[in-house]
Amino acid sequence: MTPREFGFETRMLHAGQIPDPHVGARAVPVYQTTSYVFRTAEEAARLFELKQYGNIYSRISNPTVAVLEERLASLEGGTGAVAVASGMAAEFATVMTLLSPGDHLVAAQQLYGGTLTLFAHTLKKLGIEVAFVDAADLGAWEAAIRPQTRALFVETVGNPVGTIADLESLAGLARSHRIPLLVDSTFATPYLCRPIEWGATLVLHSVTKFIGGHGTSIGGAVVDAGTFDWRRYPTIADPSPSYHGLRFFDTFGHYGFLMKLRAETVRDTGACLAPANAFQLLQGLETLSLRMDRHVANAQAVAEFLDGHPAVQRVHYAGLTHHPQHELARKYLPKGPGAVFSFELASRPGEDARLTGRRFLQSLHLFSHLANVGDAKSLVIHPASTTHQQLSDAELAAGGITPGMIRLSVGLETVEDLIWDLDQALATGHSSP
Amino acid sequence: MIACSIQLNSVLSPEDRARYQNTFVIQELLQSAKTIAIVGLSTEKTKASNMVAAYLQGEGYRIVPVNPKAESILGETCYPRLEDIPVPVDIVDVFRPAAEVPGIVDSAIRIRARALWLQLRIVDRESAARAQAAGLAVVMDTCIKMEHGRFSGALHWAGMNTEIISARRRR
Repeated sequence: MTPREFGFETRMLHAGQIPDPHVGARAVPVYQTTSYVFRTAEEAARLFELKQYGNIYSRISNPTVAVLEERLASLEGGTGAVAVASGMAAEFATVMTLLSPGDHLVAAQQLYGGTLTLFAHTLKKLGIEVAFVDAADLGAWEAAIRPQTRALFVETVGNPVGTIADLESLAGLARSHRIPLLVDSTFATPYLCRPIEWGATLVLHSVTKFIGGHGTSIGGAVVDAGTFDWRRYPTIADPSPSYHGLRFFDTFGHYGFLMKLRAETVRDTGACLAPANAFQLLQGLETLSLRMDRHVANAQAVAEFLDGHPAVQRVHYAGLTHHPQHELARKYLPKGPGAVFSFELASRPGEDARLTGRRFLQSLHLFSHLANVGDAKSLVIHPASTTHQQLSDAELAAGGITPGMIRLSVGLETVEDLIWDLDQALATGHSSP
Repeated sequence: MIACSIQLNSVLSPEDRARYQNTFVIQELLQSAKTIAIVGLSTEKTKASNMVAAYLQGEGYRIVPVNPKAESILGETCYPRLEDIPVPVDIVDVFRPAAEVPGIVDSAIRIRARALWLQLRIVDRESAARAQAAGLAVVMDTCIKMEHGRFSGALHWAGMNTEIISARRRR
């Protein structure tokens, strides 16, 4: 018998779970427990010394969460993963594991608003500086790299104007500077794009979004490709004062980063994923490919409808041929560039663009007005007054966000109904005062 | 036996992976071996070789340290060379640089070890082929602790991608 290479959908359903020997539960059991009884005192000591794999306390690892971790690692083509309480927790744990005061990070300026504030303000308090560059300008990335630069950070599909990262070029740039490329791939999911195949070092997810897919639970994850040489990377290679001098790269090789992130950063910062949430997120993950096919088909149809509408000024969806990164989208996301995108309402003489936007939002019947993306249901939000509200006008402009911009997360409803809803809301917005 | 293909984290070519990372050979070795000689086992607790040996002991294997500079490691008598070990050896697990592998293979053949295991990133194709021709099972560029953890299910607890896909109930 030749060993079998299993496909994406098979791994979506099976990776990370082998039916357990005790009861043979077919669904993933929810291990709703804080801690695990040691067999012997010696075993307890070995577990704490990391000489034996196993569970000690659910802040550090949990069997239900482990299924989600391994399944995401398998689908992304990584060596392993750590799942945490949210996408933001995944980003914070990653930068806390990699960076020290005085270090420098280069990041795209087209990022989720929460990530922007984490990088621009919270990291500054920790003595870490971040340079923001236009994600689409490779020269700007290169020019921003300094001797202290320890990583590059980009979103596969940038929030909210759909900037597509040129992953292969950025990976080449990172490699030539011997620094890791960090990619937040929340909007793409491993079904639409696998950044590791293009050279990314770490892939981050807000699992809350399309992976969970049903808007029930918050979760995040970091996947490590296992290909980066951490030998000269101080925080991973040097003896760790908070783990009795352990050198994580020396001891654990290609999973040294993840072991350090779990055994030190998550241990100390505490943003663990609840097992019940991991179960919900796994339920969503089992149908990821089916949902994403429909999400992108609906998004494309909605984008094309809006693109031809007289009340719409501009549609920022990389699935449209006029989008500046359409060719990159075809290269990196051939099945479709996700289902989250923005558009700008046509301005009306004498009216503030924010008012036009508000009237449009209030006229919708099917799109839910809320702060999330990647639900099975269609969602809508006005970034300038919500997700990106904490940003200055200059920061907004740098991220390509205008006051009248509307962001959609296109769901799985009957596509004609979605188009009907947008059409009637655009008409209302235009005709009534 | 788990039938899925294991392919991550190796610097070997696909052909060499098929020859030196055969999932069925690895599973059979881990199930049947009792005594594992560890060449280059360090006395330092945080070194990978020491962590691996301690893990294997915890899993019930007898480990035999081979290190000319120590007398005893992890409670086991240390021997300067493989030839000095007074008991039969199932697996010779190597933590020494590739340049030393040819000599270690000579010794492994001489003591009639059943298998040669070269740890992660220790690659010597010529010596591996010679050991195989002499009848030894050969595993190269993988970690015995990780492989044991992969098939026992324990590596999974650490969130690692074991690459194992199976709907059969674990025993």
